Amino acid sequence: MLKDITLGQFFPGTSPVHRLDPRTKLVLLVVYIVTLFTANNWLSYGIVFAFLAFAIAISTIPLKSILNGMKPLVFVLIFTGILNIFFTVGNGEPLVSVWVIKIYKEGIILALFMMLRIMMLITGTFLLTYTTSPIALTDGLESLLSPLKKLHVPVHELAMMMCIALRFIPTLIEETDKIMSAQKARGADFESGSLMDRVKALVPILVPLFISAFRRADELATAMECRCYQGGEGRTKMKLLRYKLGDFKAYSVGVLLLAAVITLRYFGL
Amino acid sequence: MSTAISVEHLAYSYPGIDNAPGVTVFEDLNLTVEEGSFVAVLGSNGCGKSTLAKHFNSILLPAGGKVYVCGMDTSDSEKLMQIRRNVGMVFQNPDNQIVANVVEEDVAFGPENLGVAGPMIRSRVDSALNQVGMYEYREHSPNLLSGGQKQRITIAGIIAMEPKCIVLDEPTAMLDPKGRKEVMETVLKLNREKGITVVLITHHMDEAAMAQRVIVMSKGQIAADGTPRAVFSRVELLHSIRLASPDTVELCHALNQEGFTLPLDRLSVEECAQALYDSVKA
Repeated sequence: MLKDITLGQFFPGTSPVHRLDPRTKLVLLVVYIVTLFTANNWLSYGIVFAFLAFAIAISTIPLKSILNGMKPLVFVLIFTGILNIFFTVGNGEPLVSVWVIKIYKEGIILALFMMLRIMMLITGTFLLTYTTSPIALTDGLESLLSPLKKLHVPVHELAMMMCIALRFIPTLIEETDKIMSAQKARGADFESGSLMDRVKALVPILVPLFISAFRRADELATAMECRCYQGGEGRTKMKLLRYKLGDFKAYSVGVLLLAAVITLRYFGL
Repeated sequence: MSTAISVEHLAYSYPGIDNAPGVTVFEDLNLTVEEGSFVAVLGSNGCGKSTLAKHFNSILLPAGGKVYVCGMDTSDSEKLMQIRRNVGMVFQNPDNQIVANVVEEDVAFGPENLGVAGPMIRSRVDSALNQVGMYEYREHSPNLLSGGQKQRITIAGIIAMEPKCIVLDEPTAMLDPKGRKEVMETVLKLNREKGITVVLITHHMDEAAMAQRVIVMSKGQIAADGTPRAVFSRVELLHSIRLASPDTVELCHALNQEGFTLPLDRLSVEECAQALYDSVKA
């Protein structure tokens, strides 16, 4: 049951997007988000949308999986839309005026912009996690944040922790499944009763799960020590991150995108 | 042949919690392991096998006496890394030893810690994965592999550090028969082809029978030490410390008590059958 949960979904592949350096993808995502929040007219939204569509097209990620990822957000989208439609006050005559509810043209446009913005934000983020393995993502983050080491931020340690956490998620899910089966076999009931009862029924699962997790952590620490782990200092990497031609192209596209959207916003056309 | 590990007058006790008296494991243990040999350590639960193993690479430090590894004193903190890169450890549960979520990244963990240059790590990782027969799984996630395969990956992770000696602490205890066979074949191959010293701590008599030398421990003492044939033929002694010989020896022993005179050093089924055949024929 719990095994079906997939976290940080990654679709392995060899598309140009997959082959980009994780650092490039992370930086591009930030640039993309900035442009998305800078965009304030149809033309700039169109440009950002074209960029996103192009990225999806060359990533060979099926559109269906991206749309599937949106499902949980439908509620947020509708909520944002409604808020913006009803609470925006425009200059001209209201289009609809029933009792206290007044709907203006500006409200509808703003609602559309906001909904588009959220959808595009999520899609862009999905594209990153779909085309980048968690380990590459961690490596990329570590490398991008490495200047912070000068400020004594434990960048390597944080990356290592993320990597180990990702590694142990399936193991711990499997363990939870086993504990639940063992409790069920002895008559535990997780499915009926009030909410309070169900929460209480989780205690006998969490206690052994935590004990086992601590034991695992202890053993893992010993095993890591045995393999000469002593923190980030003096450590080398098997796979060095290296920028390729594709990365420079991607960066250029990113700079152009940002420049175009900023120009459109502050200088108009 | 020179000595890989030597234990001299080792004393150790686990500290007690809240002023409770600690548990004494060793009082005066002496032991040497020759370089390139394959030694199996047997013993019932709580006899100090795992505690001994942890002394071999400075996870535990002796309270009295000395442990030398490749001539280095394990209590010398400056030699710690040198000792650990020479003595690799494999534990019982492969899940709790794998660090990364890609096989090759995990194997690279050791050499990365040692500061080996990038391209060199690549060749070490490939060679280690080939030696344990897991090369085609290098880009898999360890979660989806069987127990035996995972344990072979942890062994590859140790080999990639190029140690002189590997200590395995019940590496097959959590595996099914197929996984046990895979791991034992890998260990035997490493010992024979690469000349790596192997110390195997185990509960399985048939695994111990594959070693060149068997050490039986009981209550922190060495109860028997010798070739598998010599050790396993001391059936009474093994029974007295709640261990059993391999099934073939146990069979011959039981028959001897009924009036047969069978040799007690037949470890394989074929040898045992031959002995029975000869005895019945005579």
